[in-house]
Amino acid sequence: MSEQIIERPVPADGPTAKAPEPDGKPERVASLWRDGWRDLRKRPMFLISGFVILCLLVLAIAPGLFTARSPFSDGFCDLQHSMDGPTSGHLFGYDVQGCDIYTRTVWGTRNSIIVGVVSTILTTALGGVIGMLAGLWGGWADSVISRVSEIFYALPILIGGLLIMSMVGSSNVWTVSFVLSILGWPQVYRIMRGEVIGNKYNDYVAAARALGASPMRIAFRHILPNTLAPIVVVSTMNLGVYIAAEASLSYLGIGVQSPAISWGLMISDAQDRWLTSPHALLFPAGALSLTVLAFIMLGDVVRDAFDPKLR
Amino acid sequence: MTIIEDAVPATRHTDDERTPLLEVRDLHVEFHTREGVAKAVNGVNYTVRAGETLAVLGESGSGKSVTAQAIMGILDMPPARIPKGEILFRGQDMLKMSGEERRKLRGARIAMIFQDALSSLNPVLTVGYQLGEMFRVHLGMSRKEAKAKAIELMDRVKIPAAAARVNDYPHQFSGGMRQRIMIAMALALEPDLIIADEPTTALDVTVQAQVMDLLAELQREFNMGLILITHDLGVVADVADKIAVMYAGRIVEQAPVHELYKRPAHPYTRGLLDSIPRLDQKGQELYAIKGLPPNLLRIPTGCAFNPRCPKAQDICREQVPDLMPVTERDGGELPGRASACHFWKETIHG
Amino acid sequence: MGRFVVRRVLQAIPVLIGVTFLIYCLVFLLPGDPIRALMGEKQDPHLALVLRARYHLDDPLVVQYWHYISGVFQGDLGTTYTGRSISDIVAQRFPVTLKLALTAFAFEAVIGILAGILSALKRGKFADNVVFVATLFLISIPVFVLGNVLQLELGVKWKLTPVAGIEDGWPTSYVLPGLVLAAMSMAYIARLTRTSMIESVRSDYVRTAIAKGLPRRRVIGIHALRNSLIPVVTFLGMDLGSLMGGAIITERVFNLPGIGGQLAQSVSLREGPVVVGLVTLLILIYLVANLVVDVLYAVLDPRIRYE
Repeated sequence: MSEQIIERPVPADGPTAKAPEPDGKPERVASLWRDGWRDLRKRPMFLISGFVILCLLVLAIAPGLFTARSPFSDGFCDLQHSMDGPTSGHLFGYDVQGCDIYTRTVWGTRNSIIVGVVSTILTTALGGVIGMLAGLWGGWADSVISRVSEIFYALPILIGGLLIMSMVGSSNVWTVSFVLSILGWPQVYRIMRGEVIGNKYNDYVAAARALGASPMRIAFRHILPNTLAPIVVVSTMNLGVYIAAEASLSYLGIGVQSPAISWGLMISDAQDRWLTSPHALLFPAGALSLTVLAFIMLGDVVRDAFDPKLR
Repeated sequence: MTIIEDAVPATRHTDDERTPLLEVRDLHVEFHTREGVAKAVNGVNYTVRAGETLAVLGESGSGKSVTAQAIMGILDMPPARIPKGEILFRGQDMLKMSGEERRKLRGARIAMIFQDALSSLNPVLTVGYQLGEMFRVHLGMSRKEAKAKAIELMDRVKIPAAAARVNDYPHQFSGGMRQRIMIAMALALEPDLIIADEPTTALDVTVQAQVMDLLAELQREFNMGLILITHDLGVVADVADKIAVMYAGRIVEQAPVHELYKRPAHPYTRGLLDSIPRLDQKGQELYAIKGLPPNLLRIPTGCAFNPRCPKAQDICREQVPDLMPVTERDGGELPGRASACHFWKETIHG
Repeated sequence: MGRFVVRRVLQAIPVLIGVTFLIYCLVFLLPGDPIRALMGEKQDPHLALVLRARYHLDDPLVVQYWHYISGVFQGDLGTTYTGRSISDIVAQRFPVTLKLALTAFAFEAVIGILAGILSALKRGKFADNVVFVATLFLISIPVFVLGNVLQLELGVKWKLTPVAGIEDGWPTSYVLPGLVLAAMSMAYIARLTRTSMIESVRSDYVRTAIAKGLPRRRVIGIHALRNSLIPVVTFLGMDLGSLMGGAIITERVFNLPGIGGQLAQSVSLREGPVVVGLVTLLILIYLVANLVVDVLYAVLDPRIRYE
């Protein structure tokens, strides 16, 4: 009986009642991003970490702008200066081979950033696509994929890295990124799959399906936009994690190999001489920590801004 | 601003015996948010006597729940602040009490029933534990005694097989049963005053009636004061003695329950009543108050309802109307009635 | 509850088999011939043949794996190419790593949870900010830097802790390595506890607890804490596995003769059976830890128990 359908004059929520949002979904998603971005810009942590990351990117792309010397040129290292402390012109001092630490630290940025960015892109793409498919397909395909992901998930990154890196043989930034992605995708996969399954049964998806939207259209227009926020958050946080992982692998001697420059490798070379010449460890370790810190901070603020559950 | 105590001059009482159970005087509550100060309650006055039921009616954000939380002393401060006002419980201002004194009143003398029993009960503790806690904390009973008391309470609120279910968890009960457990918890120490914040909103219509009946029955039995907070005029009619209608943190109309239904003295109340679907108006379009509830960060000047009011004049935009006693056309008294509208006469008589 | 545990165990078995097979493939696809690595260029052709036969090196990979895994299920982790029982190696090395990981686990659980609770209760105040900055540092300073610096400063310079090795036994030799290993997880635990505690302090049931007139101690200690520890316990359980993995670095820094060091050594020596054995063990621990977490989860959260 239609008269029983009650339209009460009581909308709105809480003390700061806003106009109720129209139920259309794209607007809702768009406003999430817009709100998130507006929120981000106001946070000092975002500005600080953003600035540091911008500097790091410039360092990675054009190290030559910051140092006249090239670490790969002849006569760059001079054993006579081995472990000499900072002097003017060589602000960070020399390492055990007598190489200028400042130049090597600057040039080392590139490898760290490459590993961080490439691994993040690969894990996000791999985990995202597989998670999307598993979530959409469901059933036995989902079960199989999920079990496979658990297998990779169960393998600690250092142990898996140790195994795969020794199998691959040649170690450089690309193989390291590849290994980290192989081991890292299940994390993104889990989130993506969860989000897709969570959104799959939403009313607006049901509505779109009832209106005859194709599965592709449903996936891309209706489900994907809603899953992006948590994926972006986790990927941002992973940037720092992968940079640290590269340094760890290099430190263990199974990551980037000399003569390529890696902060992890530099730290490994300098570690025994901390008490006599702390500078050799301090500067690459500082650069590494600062980089990881910047990405972790960015991940933090991005999460606070885009994860409405934590607001 | 004039303080209208119940708007009933005849019941002004000085002797102890007639001190009302609860008296809220000129209460203000504000929230400090990033966007500014949200004025949630702006000078509320009401009284509740033993055995009496006051229904507080209003939309979300009208300040009805915030007032209740201020009475309970469970506002988060900060962000909330009470810049002004008194809350007298048996004549004593609770806002001046120490935290410990207030804690001892909470649950024991003044109890609260919340809207959503599922989220309001702790999901990882058994209902027996949560009920028994009242006796253990306030009366120092042992676990065993407390559990026996818990079973007794569950019986009292008519939960079948109470003894068998005392060790169950909240999610194992139906919505109606859970709300009964909330009621049992509030009743545990036979308080003088119960505040029920939308106690039936989350329930099915049939269960709503059962729960309301139970609440009313227990209230009579213990002669408790009851503040029933709701946005649902239908719930109120049968159980309340008097109604206070709130809008934007103020009481805009106060009246004995049936008077209000018959002759509202505020355009907002009239709008609320007109928007209830009625069988005798089948086929007609349902009335809805135009516009949206006010933004508490920027409450309109003058009467807060003026942007939505069909009767609004210039004075409504300039001057805040006080809550004034309402009289008959010939000046005859209408006991217990008051309205905060510049044009109450036109509204009630016109 | 019993059925719940059985189901979880059954789910863990394919993962265990999958991981071990994956590792088996990885290890035996390692470039280089293990027999040659073992005997050098001057190998005795006859002995080489015997060894190849004993280790089924000429069988297809799947057959080799079958021989291996059936041994594992009988409690036999196999032998090295030089004839040492891998179980012996495990018996010798494993206690070191286990002590290290458990020490770290205790540190991260106790310090992390306490710091998180403090941070949540003093939200926005000085203590909260201190914890926040401390967690940022712990997360961003790599373990090997922290380990090296602390080892040299506290051990070599100030002689407060043993520099390396396990001569002083537990706990003395394990305190600093345990702290270093725990550092990063400790920070995550603190943050997780804080978030989850803030969430539950804001929840309706905590509001109810306050409205019941319970003392603050009880509101926080029983009503808020128990709920907020659910995700923390999950993280802790999952983390036990990664602590065992992270031990590789810590053991190297502090020169502890544990599984990690052995693993790194065996990988470079191409000792396939050892590598597979050790990693299988680590995965097994990881899976058991997850199982325990699932059960604990059900104990803490009755909503899951009765599903």
